[in-house]
Amino acid sequence: MRRLAVCLFACLVSLPGNAAEVSTFTLDNGLEIVVLEDRRAPVVVHMVWYKAGAADEPPGKSGIAHYLEHLLFKGTDDLAPGEFSDTVARNGGSDNAFTSWDYTGYFQRVAADRLELMMQMEADRMRDLELTGTDILTERDVIIEERNQRVENDPGALFAEQRRAALYLNHPYGIPIIGWRHEAETLELEDALDFYRKFYAPNNAILIVAGDVEPDEVYDLAKTHYGPLDPTPGLAERVRPSEPPQLSERRLIFEDPRVAQPYVIRSYLAPERDSGAQEDAAALVILAELLGGNGATSVLGRKLQFERQAAIYTSAFYQSISYDDTSFGIYIVPVPGLSLEEAEAALDRAVAEFLAEGIDPDQFERIKMQLRASQVYAEDSIQGLARRYGAALTSGLTVEDIAAWPDVLQAVTEEDVLAAAERLFDRKRSVTGWLTKPGAQEVTQ
Amino acid sequence: MMRIFAAAAVLVLAALPVRAAVEIQEVISPGGIKAWLVEEHSIPFVALELRFKGGASLDAPGKRGATNLMTGLIEEGAGDLDARGFAEAVEALAARFDYDVYDDGLSISAQFLTETQDASVALLKSALTEPRFDQDAIDRVRGQVLSAIRSDATDPDEIASQTFDRLFYGEHPYGSSYNGTVESVTALTRDDIVEAHARVISRDHLYVGAVGNITAEELGALLDTLLGDLPATGAAEPEEAELLAPGGVTVVPFETPQSVAVFGHAGIARDDPDFFAAFVMNQVLGGGNFSSRLMEEVREKRGLTYGVYSYLVDKDYADLVVGRIASANNRIAEAISVIREEWARVAAEGISEQELEDAKTYLTGAYPLRFDGNARIAGILVGMQTADLPIDYIATRNDRVNAVTMDDIKRVAARLMDAEALHFVVVGQPDGLEATN
Repeated sequence: MRRLAVCLFACLVSLPGNAAEVSTFTLDNGLEIVVLEDRRAPVVVHMVWYKAGAADEPPGKSGIAHYLEHLLFKGTDDLAPGEFSDTVARNGGSDNAFTSWDYTGYFQRVAADRLELMMQMEADRMRDLELTGTDILTERDVIIEERNQRVENDPGALFAEQRRAALYLNHPYGIPIIGWRHEAETLELEDALDFYRKFYAPNNAILIVAGDVEPDEVYDLAKTHYGPLDPTPGLAERVRPSEPPQLSERRLIFEDPRVAQPYVIRSYLAPERDSGAQEDAAALVILAELLGGNGATSVLGRKLQFERQAAIYTSAFYQSISYDDTSFGIYIVPVPGLSLEEAEAALDRAVAEFLAEGIDPDQFERIKMQLRASQVYAEDSIQGLARRYGAALTSGLTVEDIAAWPDVLQAVTEEDVLAAAERLFDRKRSVTGWLTKPGAQEVTQ
Repeated sequence: MMRIFAAAAVLVLAALPVRAAVEIQEVISPGGIKAWLVEEHSIPFVALELRFKGGASLDAPGKRGATNLMTGLIEEGAGDLDARGFAEAVEALAARFDYDVYDDGLSISAQFLTETQDASVALLKSALTEPRFDQDAIDRVRGQVLSAIRSDATDPDEIASQTFDRLFYGEHPYGSSYNGTVESVTALTRDDIVEAHARVISRDHLYVGAVGNITAEELGALLDTLLGDLPATGAAEPEEAELLAPGGVTVVPFETPQSVAVFGHAGIARDDPDFFAAFVMNQVLGGGNFSSRLMEEVREKRGLTYGVYSYLVDKDYADLVVGRIASANNRIAEAISVIREEWARVAAEGISEQELEDAKTYLTGAYPLRFDGNARIAGILVGMQTADLPIDYIATRNDRVNAVTMDDIKRVAARLMDAEALHFVVVGQPDGLEATN
């Protein structure tokens, strides 16, 4: 992302089934189009999502998907460097882009009558990028400063990189989106262009237009501007290197003098939402809420923050939208005086008790109620809605899967959740990390 | 071809209406509580924004952090419900109550479904009027606050902001973190929390905005139910802050690869006749988009940073122009020198005709895009009231931007912008940067 967060957190809550009117089209060149109508304000969000992200990079070129995202603002045969964003700004709009492991997205937010101009420019840079050597070297410096800001200056972010690299033994999800520093520093123009020519094509893209628009008009405009673009021939479904059987739990200790608040975090490899088979993921969404949703009512919060007073903070998280196997995590920030070893033991005990005691039916029902309500609240942000569609559709899901998701969530039973938890909590498929100041553990133990 | 298209589009844009649906009604409840309301019946929920002006700056002397800790405790038990019971009740209704505190206010952002409105309002009322402040909850939330204070102490962004505030505002409440210090927060008692509640949560500090599936009459009744029992008055407002930092550079040594800098000097009041000229000028210098002079010179041309910004800070009791940047330790000195040059250039020369036109088109075009959700609009309604803006402000705001002339910009730039007066606070291990004190 050029200015905001590099990686997106998946939405734990559901997508509205039929809140905004949803229309879909496909052009002859393969471009998929989704239109979300919301007439409350004369505003439109125009987004193009490519089914290509950091996990699709060639070996040794980490960061190239994100670097290319920056370079898309550096000019085409019709647009001078910077002209894209300047034109959006002159039309009173805002624009940006983001890169994840599974997708790269570009968006503009603008008055609804500016839609055609956005399409014209976005279609132009889908195939006609033109870059010069100096622009791209300066932008590489910007990327390194972005890495400094997001990662090198933040021990928690460095720790997260190390944990992720340990969780994935073979799959490229273990490589940071922004790239390992030593590789990002040496990325070249040709690397970016190779990635661009292959993946930036109408048959690998999804156009999402959300807001005050008429679906048929969007289709006509898209046909005019995106219709003439050539697809990339022979582009197959993405198949990344996959995980072998994980036979050994991994443990790591990350020490950094800048750490003021130590904590323990454990991630397990977990299934993601698959098209036509979202049930396991739905059970894990509810499991994450049960274990770590609200500090005052969740299992970890109740046991560790309230009853045992072992933790300042606890949580559980699960990223349900992902193209390949995803992760489920639990963590504990211990109270002062409690060692990380003791904190980890308390965390394990709380999870074991949960599995033995089963689910509080009242808590289960409250979570279902909140998931239903989240469909209503989600309608308030059309941009948020558009992003959820984009993330789902570039991660192997369909519009039908998105529509079915609220019902899949509501159909989950307590038995489903416990069965999913039993399958999930296998230490051999996990990474446990301790974040601490150098020498701090010796002091407290 | 592209440029011509864009230029033609600009002419149309000026005519874009600011969201026809933003029709603000002033509602006075039977009990005399004022609110601004936008009815929006298409989604079955209401966003209600409450703001208590003064916020953390109303901490009693010697009790720094009391308002912040009190805010964290509002939802930790009320009436018959302990912390867990209260949280379970909120969950069962699928209501959302967010509490936030900062230098100038304490905000409560509530969203509730129409189908559970009455019960949700009753619950929120209980949190506002009969919080329990149980000792176990105080100790638990205090632990979270202390953890945040310790984490801030090793976060370069926080160190920069807190150092900047201390140098500029000194003993004024703005001069220290509203979290308080480890010592001040450790010493807070339940009585201090009760007192902080009485100082802040009162009718004379209250501003209300509501957007959603509710009529004026229904809102009037809701206001009396929810807020009618609040005490009439709270603590007196803080003093105006005196700005203390002279021009210069303060370096805070900290072992980290990238230096973080916050810089600024005196600013301009929201009700100053030249405020809009300053606002437009800042948009050109360092406003939020990629086209600003600072982004162009520091990032696009030289690759010295990921982001550099400047903005007008209009707090209730102080006005500043502030900027931020982060750059590798061996590049921050160059970045600061470019920023100083740009600051001096805009002070001496103002901006170009083209820049003025582009900034106006951007600002007037972007304005209607803000009104894109109930919760967002509710926040804007409260912001307008606390800034004492008229209820028809939204319709006139773009005219005020468009009225800014080249002369206005020149005048305000010469008066406001002063590269010599800029004070930079740099946290990191900057190479080749001379500290002035």
